[in-house]
Amino acid sequence: MRVSTAPYGGLIITLTFVVGFLLSMLPGPDWAERFRPDWVGLVLIYWCIAAPNRVGVVSGWVAGLILDVLYGSLLGQHALAMAIIAYIAHRWHLQIRMFPPWQQAACVLMLLVLDQLLVLWVKGVIGQASTFWPNWTASIVGMIIWPLVFVILRDVRRRADIN
Amino acid sequence: MSTLLGRRFSSLTRLIFVIVLSVVLMVLDHQAQHLLRIRAVLSVLIYPIQVVAAVPVRASAWVAELFGSERTLRQNNERLQAERLAHLARLQKLEALEAENKRLRDLLGSAARVADRAVVAELVEVSLEPFTRKIVVAKGSRDAVYLGQPVIDAYGIIGQVTEVSTYASKATLITDPGHAIPVLVNRNGLRTIIFGTGAPDRVNVPYLTATTDIREGDLLVSSGMGGRFPPGYPVAQVTKVVKDPNEAFLKISAKPMARLNYGKEVLLIWPGERQTASASPR
Repeated sequence: MRVSTAPYGGLIITLTFVVGFLLSMLPGPDWAERFRPDWVGLVLIYWCIAAPNRVGVVSGWVAGLILDVLYGSLLGQHALAMAIIAYIAHRWHLQIRMFPPWQQAACVLMLLVLDQLLVLWVKGVIGQASTFWPNWTASIVGMIIWPLVFVILRDVRRRADIN
Repeated sequence: MSTLLGRRFSSLTRLIFVIVLSVVLMVLDHQAQHLLRIRAVLSVLIYPIQVVAAVPVRASAWVAELFGSERTLRQNNERLQAERLAHLARLQKLEALEAENKRLRDLLGSAARVADRAVVAELVEVSLEPFTRKIVVAKGSRDAVYLGQPVIDAYGIIGQVTEVSTYASKATLITDPGHAIPVLVNRNGLRTIIFGTGAPDRVNVPYLTATTDIREGDLLVSSGMGGRFPPGYPVAQVTKVVKDPNEAFLKISAKPMARLNYGKEVLLIWPGERQTASASPR
């Protein structure tokens, strides 16, 4: 089942995640904060669809845990949300691969919104929620740049021969 | 990374496993601070990411400094000289006032308030998660930073340290929705509490009834209740008082005195410790 043609595949996937973390940490002006897409979520969804043999629930969980430490949020909060969207993307990766681009983007939007809702839900339970509504703008920006992320990561995957 | 749990388990089994693990982590992290050690270790591991993320800001500041024209430098120099003179003059007055204050306190028989020890800390990272207000400063347990330590700037209280690792620590700002600070109205000594809202320049003062004597423009200073923040530091200024007859309490917003969104240095203070020569920043 497992085709490990790329010797450094794992390393390259990890590097793309590191770039995702950097992009979500880069300081920007206050007004731009609402438009910052969930880079790590996008990278995770891509790899779950494109390399389901390598990236799945556990990778998603670890990425979420690192986000928790970076954000200083409750440990396990983003980890839980990321693991669940990784599971969904991983479970239906064959279908999502076949979708036409717009349908794929809509699917990504749903996953990103689900991720935010899960994080908000945990925050609500521990009484830290400042707003009931998820940050729609960020998810929509995530959906808009999805084709770009897809093309870039597909190039990375083809160069590194990861499948 | 997915080989961590081996190929023997299905994706669903792994999902259930990590969900249970997340819930256990969250409960432990929320109930008691059991996971501080784990968090500290993880923080050291991700410190490089934070440093790299801060590089563009530092680089742009460096470039701006490099290409700053001689004229701006000269202007800055003149301005700073003038400010320094003004501050020196005020400092002299302050010293006289401090001495007078001490004499009066001695007369009253109360213990004199000592100057607090302070160390300048550089901001490494701001603007993390949306709707929370936190900053990371480049001082950690190596520099004797402790949990709950007050963080201030030149204008007032910024927040408190909520996470300490070896080289850096994270502080929660007074505007964070999870933050509250006990204060006094400077004009009449009314005790109340300020809550963060998540907005960058607004805090709330809830639970004051319609007959309370509070007005727009009132300065709120820390009261020292609860023992976490030293008393007497400015916190916020009341900007709006709304009396709604349908509501039991007044709707009061205030603007933090500290310039939370400006500058790249903050002060960490050790209340009650006197400033010594060796305590200057390294």
